[in-house]
Amino acid sequence: MSTTPDVRRSEYRQMEESITMAPVERLEERGDQELLTLNMGPHHPATHGVLRLLVTLDGEVVRDLKPIIGYVHTGIEKTAEDKSYWKVIPIVERMDYLAYYFNAMAFCGATETLLEVDVPPRAQYLRVIHMELNRIMSHLVWLGTSALDLGAMSMFWYCFREREQILDLFEQSSGQRMHTRYIQVGGVAEDIPRGWAEKVREFTAVMPARVDQYNDLLANNEIVLQRLRNVCPLAEEELLKLGVTGPLLRAVGNPWDLRKAMPYSSYDHFDFKIPVGTEGDNWDRFAVRVAEMKESVKIIDQALDGLPEGPWITENRKVALPPRHELATSMEALIHHFKLVTEGFRVPPGEVYYPIESPRGELGCFVRSDGSSKPARVHMRDPSFVNLQATAPMTEGSYIADLIATLAMLDPVLGGIDR
Amino acid sequence: MPDGVGLELLAQELREAEAGSILETLYFRDKGVLIVSVAYIREVLAHLRAKGFSSLMSVHGVDYYPEEPRLGVHYELLNMAGVDRLTVKLRVPLDEPSVPSVTPDWPTANHQEREIYDMFGVIFDGHPDLRRILMPEDYEGHPQRRDFPIGGEPVHFTIDEAHGRVYTQ
Amino acid sequence: MEIKREKLPAGGRDLISGKDLSNEDFRIRQLRARDMLRGDLGDEDLEKYAQERVLTTTMEKAVAWARSNALFPATFGLACCAIEMMSIVAARVDVARFGFEAFRASPRQADLLILSGRISIKMAPVVRRIYDQMLEPKWAIAMGACSSSMGVFNNYAIVPADKFMPVDVHVPGCPPRPEALMHGILKLRKMIQADPDMGWRDGYGARGTEEVVPSDESDPAQSAINVFQPGNTLGA
Repeated sequence: MSTTPDVRRSEYRQMEESITMAPVERLEERGDQELLTLNMGPHHPATHGVLRLLVTLDGEVVRDLKPIIGYVHTGIEKTAEDKSYWKVIPIVERMDYLAYYFNAMAFCGATETLLEVDVPPRAQYLRVIHMELNRIMSHLVWLGTSALDLGAMSMFWYCFREREQILDLFEQSSGQRMHTRYIQVGGVAEDIPRGWAEKVREFTAVMPARVDQYNDLLANNEIVLQRLRNVCPLAEEELLKLGVTGPLLRAVGNPWDLRKAMPYSSYDHFDFKIPVGTEGDNWDRFAVRVAEMKESVKIIDQALDGLPEGPWITENRKVALPPRHELATSMEALIHHFKLVTEGFRVPPGEVYYPIESPRGELGCFVRSDGSSKPARVHMRDPSFVNLQATAPMTEGSYIADLIATLAMLDPVLGGIDR
Repeated sequence: MPDGVGLELLAQELREAEAGSILETLYFRDKGVLIVSVAYIREVLAHLRAKGFSSLMSVHGVDYYPEEPRLGVHYELLNMAGVDRLTVKLRVPLDEPSVPSVTPDWPTANHQEREIYDMFGVIFDGHPDLRRILMPEDYEGHPQRRDFPIGGEPVHFTIDEAHGRVYTQ
Repeated sequence: MEIKREKLPAGGRDLISGKDLSNEDFRIRQLRARDMLRGDLGDEDLEKYAQERVLTTTMEKAVAWARSNALFPATFGLACCAIEMMSIVAARVDVARFGFEAFRASPRQADLLILSGRISIKMAPVVRRIYDQMLEPKWAIAMGACSSSMGVFNNYAIVPADKFMPVDVHVPGCPPRPEALMHGILKLRKMIQADPDMGWRDGYGARGTEEVVPSDESDPAQSAINVFQPGNTLGA
């Protein structure tokens, strides 16, 4: 090195000193940029399900993003046309597989609107309790898997610990952990067993402290903050034009929540807040969902306090199965049972769109009936399908790692996207 | 939801703005429905946007087989400020299934119109990227049409008396 | 109540001959061990020594034991069953107890493909490609009803996994409980231990895609999908 001329060393020093470690504020488009199109997925550890992304990269910076979906397309809507309304409920439940009560609720709500059948108040409260438990469970899975994507692996085990508790509650009330077909047309499938309300209260007593535990783990962590704060925000007008609803829209500051704005199934009886963010970056999306878990706990407590007595499914024997003890004594009950099980109830012709607020946004169910016992068209307006269109504008100009974090915060569930 | 009277007034305004656009109005289960003719869909939606229905929540297709015109496209509009919903429907026949795409005005319709194209075969004129979204790109047929068979496999039973078969292991 | 006391042999039991060893045999063993370490044993003595010490097992059995206890599953979650697969990684049903904790993202590093979820026709070539990218020995578990048969959805969009790849264990359920999936994985583990050679292909009779050929209606054997030969209930 002693023979190295001074000139070269000073050039090298100049080069070295010209590189700054300051974050690049705005990346200028260079005329000679070389773009690389990379295929991410459909089998990829970071995507939530089989989502395929064609990412056009300039170095590490995302210039364009094309999502390609359809890898879990199950033909749920076509299958639903082949089955009677009662049998469509398990089919439709498997669409957004983290929010199965919501899928069933949207479909049953649409069918009940067509049938013009009233849901008894006890059934409405039970539906609310189960749906809010499902909302907490969906957010827990989201939190666990998103933290796993970001690298915070222990969150996964903590979140699934709570999830197991919730699934135990589902198993006690309906017999199944997932896809419980508990919500039926006209009410719920069965009444809750004795002691279930106490078990739910045990859970809700513990849950707020657990949410605080998650906040302790993540919210003050420098790495999580660096990865989520001010990363990939999108303006409210853009989100509204793209039809985005749910926590993504609430993270920007728009408090649109169907539970408050257009309440269904007795949601207007409960007092709860809508958590809303300010900037719409990934951090706000994260914080909104975590806060929603606490609000759901409040709703569950209020619903349990005010749970009315009464039937858990409509008394209209043309829609709901009669109770078993009636079959021994009443001929009409036997005939109703037979007709309902073999053919199913007939729904008057018409078309209805019934929207509800699922953990990911507005979940709507469109049912067209032609007067027979099978629906003529069932379409589920899935929130993730529409929210996915926001991925490209959100991630333009950010790094791949930010793309992964944004996908995690978007909370897409491919079952709902592909149906 | 705009009540029956509000719906009729709305339809009247739209008819005055664009003659021949509104074919019919319906008020079904407390919700207003406007049935429009295909050529005017973008104008109608633009007018409704000016009236406050600024969110297009869902664009989905229906197959009305065997009634003609067979394919339908429904637009679900939401007025967030006024907490109102409205449905706009149109019907196209199978031999001329083209509908002007609303994607340039409403970017949310992008994937949804692609899905209707994939499932029903409705061609959206002016759509930036109309190709199949859920089925493989080279799939033939439009699965959601009523005359498309549901497919699937027959279930193999051990003793199949209908066909006189007994499978032994 | 009569109490029977059995005197245990002082030096243990000889593994090969099965006879009891006394204290003297034990001392002889110690001396022989010292000789072996010093390198003083002759050829046949050394062989006899090795035979007495090494467990009577073949190398393959040992390898099968090691393989079965350290499977690397591939992270392959498709749909709802993936959530229950995540549950087995979680704390209640802990798959790490059995050594299967290291879920590998790359199929080249994975041994086990758990097909958790419904396989649509768009996804089937992708699954096949991933399965082909895995290195031998590899196993596949079809988790849930949708991947084993068509499941709840008997329609145009779903393919059962048996149509395009050999599957070793089918776990029924929609979705199967985490305990049920665990049961399936443990059955697979026993399967791996039970056959010393890579006999799963022969036992399954899989030579690629199996199709029902309705050629001869009168002969049921021809038109049935006969996966297990009579008497061979491998893994069942």
